Amino acid sequence: MNSIKYMNPYLAGFLLGLLLLITIFITGRGLGASGAIKSTVIAVVHSIAPGHTSNTHYYQEYYQEHNENPLKSWLVFEVAGVIIGAFISGLISNRLKLKLEYSSKSSARIRIITALLGGALFGFGAQLGRGCTSGAALSGMGVLSTGGIITMLAIFGGAYAFAYFFRKLWI
Amino acid sequence: MAPFVPDIIGNELNLIVALLIGIAFGFILEQAGFSSSKKLVGLFYGYDFTVLRVFFTAGVTAMLGIITLSYFRLLDINLIYINPTYIWSAVIGGFIMGLGFVLGGYCPGTSFCGAAIGKIDGMIFIGGGFLGVLLFSEGYPLFENLFKAGFWGSPRIFETIGVSQSLFAFLLTTIAVLAFIITTKIENKVNKRHFSEFQPACIYAGLVILAVIIGLSAFMMPDRQTEILKNSSDVEMLNSFKPAEMSIDEFAFRIIDNDKRLQIFDFRNTEAFAEMSFPNSMNFTFENLFGKDTKRLLTLKKSISVFVADDEETEKRAAYIASGLGYDNILILQGGLSKFKQEIINFSTLQEINSRRDADIYRFREKASKIIPEILLANKNKGVKQKKESKRVLGGC
Repeated sequence: MNSIKYMNPYLAGFLLGLLLLITIFITGRGLGASGAIKSTVIAVVHSIAPGHTSNTHYYQEYYQEHNENPLKSWLVFEVAGVIIGAFISGLISNRLKLKLEYSSKSSARIRIITALLGGALFGFGAQLGRGCTSGAALSGMGVLSTGGIITMLAIFGGAYAFAYFFRKLWI
Repeated sequence: MAPFVPDIIGNELNLIVALLIGIAFGFILEQAGFSSSKKLVGLFYGYDFTVLRVFFTAGVTAMLGIITLSYFRLLDINLIYINPTYIWSAVIGGFIMGLGFVLGGYCPGTSFCGAAIGKIDGMIFIGGGFLGVLLFSEGYPLFENLFKAGFWGSPRIFETIGVSQSLFAFLLTTIAVLAFIITTKIENKVNKRHFSEFQPACIYAGLVILAVIIGLSAFMMPDRQTEILKNSSDVEMLNSFKPAEMSIDEFAFRIIDNDKRLQIFDFRNTEAFAEMSFPNSMNFTFENLFGKDTKRLLTLKKSISVFVADDEETEKRAAYIASGLGYDNILILQGGLSKFKQEIINFSTLQEINSRRDADIYRFREKASKIIPEILLANKNKGVKQKKESKRVLGGC
């Protein structure tokens, strides 16, 4: 059985925009993703080396803003939902399949390395830029935040600037 | 008035809301095809602009929705999270993310979607994300200066550029529609397709027309806050505006009587308010009137709301703004606090006493001029009460 076609992008965009609007209307904040990774990192580091988190400046600043268990945060629950929601979508559209996706010109080894490196760069950049494509770019555009829109332009501008050098990975 | 967090929805319930929103978020992203890295990076090589379409449509929809909801004062824009602007970390962090995007093929949100349907590269990307965050946290002292450099506060883009919100919204919507048309052409060229994917089926044509109408109406709508504030400084407008007044004697009587129903909104500056304030009074600014807290206070049943300021004109202006926002049942103090101070607090004598009424006033004011300073002093010693203010929601990644 073939997988079902993707949703019309404009309809998906409209629904996503409506969801972002509802999120802001109810909770006063936008969507996010990388923040959940941050909370998890902090929770893990804290449980392995509690002394370390209380000495390191970045963790301290985090604890100043969030006084609860880092895993009991809004974004961690939201991302847990994302995984469930995407799984349900994959299930009903017949797309559940364990697969490493890469271009015919590339190789599995290269794909594993680039995925790891890309993830690390994105994780690092999202900390520096205070949010990723969801939290800074999309939500920032919704509320017309200057910082969010600059981050968005930098993400996509940066991607276009570097795209040529990595074209063999994809086309 | 929204947002509902934290007043209506508490912290625990908010986490359930987060889970439900996340499920919808993941579902939509996966349905749009964002679980495939090949589809995502198509944007950067011109063979698949799905990301641009979904992203731009979503951003414009949310933006127009927020503008509309706050225009009708269903949403208090001052309470929602506006990402702060740190110019250097935004630019450099964004560039690093861009590099990560073309290398890794995902962004964090989409990598979770990919991983959820079994994409191994998505799972590895998430693992990389953990390493990146760990690297940043551990090396934070090295990056702290850059992280905090170039702080501009939390401005909104149209303020930074210096245009009106409506004009910016209109331009952004127009750019989005143009981008949709141009990228469809590029996509067809790159994929060597000769037909147009832009099939104007009735429903999409209808949606486009609706979008244009909404876009145009956003442009037409003047920002309500700016408009009311501007009108309120129009002298002629103020002269023809006759709000209900409370006489200084009634005001003094209610204060002496310790009338709990009396709510005093004090429009003097904070220094004057700290120096002298009435019990049960709040220091307010014109801008405060547009907030979510004000709505609660001014729609309280059985309460008597009085606007006070040094002069009656300022009181009138505040009352004008309030009435423009639909709050009636507001009184202003006749003659302002300057008259109150002169004729009650610093009472010496009436010009002439001709009637029994004048005599009553004389006796009352004489008494009030002794009691009210005591009340004011007691209130000052109690310390100025901080107005309970709803805080901005803490958000972001």
